[in-house]
Amino acid sequence: MSEVPRKRHAGADALHDAHADAVRTTATGDAQPSVLGAIGWALARDFRVAVRSKGELGVQLLFYVIVVSLFPLATSPSREVLATLGPGVLWTSALLASLLSLPRLFASDHQDGTLEQIALSPRPLAALVSGKMAAHWLTTGLPVVVMAPLLGAQYALDAPVLGTLALSLLLGTPILSLLGAVGAALTLGARGGGSLLALLVLPLYAPVLIFGAGAVDAVRAGVSAAPHLSLLGAGLLLALVAVPFAVAAAVRIALD
Amino acid sequence: MAAQSVLEARQLAAQRGQATLFRAVDFAIGAGEVLVVTGRNGSGKTTLLRIVAGLTLAAAGEVRWRGAVAPPFDARLREVVAFNGHAPALKDELTAEENLDAWIGLDDRRAPRDDIVAALDAVALSRQRRLPVRVLSQGQRRRIGLARLALVRRALWVLDEPLTALDADAVTMLRGLLDAHLADGGICVAASHQPLPISPARVRSLVLGGST
Repeated sequence: MSEVPRKRHAGADALHDAHADAVRTTATGDAQPSVLGAIGWALARDFRVAVRSKGELGVQLLFYVIVVSLFPLATSPSREVLATLGPGVLWTSALLASLLSLPRLFASDHQDGTLEQIALSPRPLAALVSGKMAAHWLTTGLPVVVMAPLLGAQYALDAPVLGTLALSLLLGTPILSLLGAVGAALTLGARGGGSLLALLVLPLYAPVLIFGAGAVDAVRAGVSAAPHLSLLGAGLLLALVAVPFAVAAAVRIALD
Repeated sequence: MAAQSVLEARQLAAQRGQATLFRAVDFAIGAGEVLVVTGRNGSGKTTLLRIVAGLTLAAAGEVRWRGAVAPPFDARLREVVAFNGHAPALKDELTAEENLDAWIGLDDRRAPRDDIVAALDAVALSRQRRLPVRVLSQGQRRRIGLARLALVRRALWVLDEPLTALDADAVTMLRGLLDAHLADGGICVAASHQPLPISPARVRSLVLGGST
């Protein structure tokens, strides 16, 4: 035919040679897949996709800002009332914002077939989903952590309290992303997955809320926040170890 | 004769809800062969492919890869299988090039940029390689899927309706890819309503739902 198909074949030949090597050297399964590499792969990919769809990120953060700002409007402007409400409102809104972003974690990958490919890759699935959860926290949890002290100013909270608020959210929001990921993976493919997800995940969030808001309240009451923060830290470590395997199992079930 | 076969299925059965899709499906294919699965709509072709690819657990029976039983998500099977399902597994936000790069990265290795460009060139998408996949047509997306097959270097291709949305040129490209793959001793399992563009000598066929 014309010139174009010839060019195609020149390119295809080089590929073909490489392909031939790969088919002949049949995989033995001995190669140790790199866990960090897998985490990095998923993190980089999800982060890039999230940054490209800026709109969705903005919506989640804006939701947080609006919910937090509604309470002073609906209740009294008295400094004492606001300072009492503040930690609870800032934390509860963080839970809701996290919940809002959860369906995105796996659902679009499930729909477009990406999840199948991830599950079929030679890389360890638990590491791949860890990378996805890390990207989720970086794009949804971290902005909330940064924003919370600024919003806290509306509630007449002073600097040490705001510092503890940020610290408790820094420890707590990754737990939210991790626990939420379990729920998101379990409700994949379920009808009405979104509302089911809320019912499933919000009770699991309760301990995080109690210790998170508790830490801020403790500082306000003049006692140390260390016990609350330690418990949050312990919870985070536990979730970091256990959740990736649970999520990997849930993803496999969802694909079956 | 069993020593010759690379991929084998023994007494496979699949269920969807209460209904039995198929039962007692046996096949064995050797290096350089294609198993073409046909059958009416709803006869379980996709389910069979998902079982072979290791995504779905069979209700009964087993799949063997080089003699060893390969349950779903088996580590050795995951190193050899390339699955092209109904969903193209492309991220709308990323470009064709980035999508391919990501898929190769998933294999724990890096492809030289030139390889990716060559693969996209081979499916006549070099002009579109910097465009987000969002703006590509259905057929162009399928072509990226073909480029992926060329790049990921797997011994077992599992293709669900590979001819869907492909134009005549793209079918020629698929033929080229399949010929090369089979000549190298690769094997392929495909479900298709239309005849695949390959020489009949290499084809084993399996009809699902033929007898009840």
